[in-house]
Amino acid sequence: MAATSKSSTDEFIKGLWKENPVFVQVLGMCPVLAVSNTAMNALAMGLATAFVLIMSNIAVSSLRNFIPKQVRIATYILIIATFVTVVDYVIQAVSLDLYKALGAFISLIVVNCLILGRAEAFASKNTVARSVMDGLGMGIGFAFALFCLGAVREILGSGSLFGAQLFHDAFQDWVVMILPSGGFFTLAAWLLLFNWLEQRKERKAKSDEATTLALGKEAV
Amino acid sequence: MSETELVSRPAPPSIWHMYRAMVGVGIVCGLLIVTAFQVTRPIIERNKAEALQKAIFHVLPNASTSATYRLDESGGFLVLEGKGVGAELVYAGYDDNHELMGLAVEAQGMGYQDVIGVIYGYSFAEEAIIGIQVLESKETPGLGDKIESDPEFLENFERLDVSLRDDLSEMANPIVPVRHGEKTHPWEVDGITGATISSVAIADILNRSAQYWMPRIRSHLSDFQGDFQGEE
Repeated sequence: MAATSKSSTDEFIKGLWKENPVFVQVLGMCPVLAVSNTAMNALAMGLATAFVLIMSNIAVSSLRNFIPKQVRIATYILIIATFVTVVDYVIQAVSLDLYKALGAFISLIVVNCLILGRAEAFASKNTVARSVMDGLGMGIGFAFALFCLGAVREILGSGSLFGAQLFHDAFQDWVVMILPSGGFFTLAAWLLLFNWLEQRKERKAKSDEATTLALGKEAV
Repeated sequence: MSETELVSRPAPPSIWHMYRAMVGVGIVCGLLIVTAFQVTRPIIERNKAEALQKAIFHVLPNASTSATYRLDESGGFLVLEGKGVGAELVYAGYDDNHELMGLAVEAQGMGYQDVIGVIYGYSFAEEAIIGIQVLESKETPGLGDKIESDPEFLENFERLDVSLRDDLSEMANPIVPVRHGEKTHPWEVDGITGATISSVAIADILNRSAQYWMPRIRSHLSDFQGDFQGEE
């Protein structure tokens, strides 16, 4: 199996960058676009999703031999919904303002395809340790991506970061950035950057390969 | 289907295995949810009470204690005992000498995106709304949500006239929204350019609520001046 040939560290790192859930896999776009209007909302939603992802990965991988294939999706949803409910109560207990800002999107973590996707594609086929690393990597990668969007949108849309004003009073807020359309613009800009970096890396690898081949021929 | 294929396919799990997985996971999940609910409930209730208390003192700045009253069937007001689920509530604010400073009243109505919930402070002395705080709003960020932060708009509620006719039956003048910069009377609400629907919604919410509450409150003023167990 391909998964077993990778180390646990690889499982962790892949979610952060190479297989980032937002910038590479483009999963879970609903909360990504809806609650990334401020850095705090984005980070809170990212961390809540990461917690649910890690916990559901642990539960699914622990029970993978106990859950028959025929009822696996229903059971995964039950497990995910439980952790989402727990997160919902915890956020209400931590901050009512944050709970109001995130609104219905906390409950909608249940249907985030990233979480069910990792449960089905990874946790149900791997050990608890590997599933934890996968959940951590994907969860932190998701939270990082949401924060990237939230920070850009808040800086340009409100002239602040985590509520602290960054610019002089003369700065005119780009209101469009905190509206839904701003989410699409910012996501497009980040995707463009990621794809450009990826293509540059590929071009560099090809040119290195060509140079090595040329040097080899000269040597012959 | 050939016999060989039938033999090579793994046997399906029994119904018992499926029940065991679903019911077992369901019971554990249920226990986890109930535990989380029980642990966080007192904290959530305390947070909600603190937020409400903070809002009451925000709209009644001279008050230092408050008491909750409910409207009873006879039209009078009684100090709330218990949780008051489903009851119509108002919050009386008192200063350090237990002098009645005013009442805080919750109101809600439809905004541009969704329901807007507000709490406003009513001063008996001025017969006016003297403060407002938005408790719940999903208005458009950067536009409609200016109802919470626009200083010029909030100036409307430093003294918004809600005085009654002499017979205390209804308000002398309804609260009406006007275009930005056209306010000439103390019962008018100066709107916000670019957030017309949200600012008009606030004026309508306050008008409906004041039309309902002001005659009832003024005709039972003495109900709020008895002994009370104030909350700081």
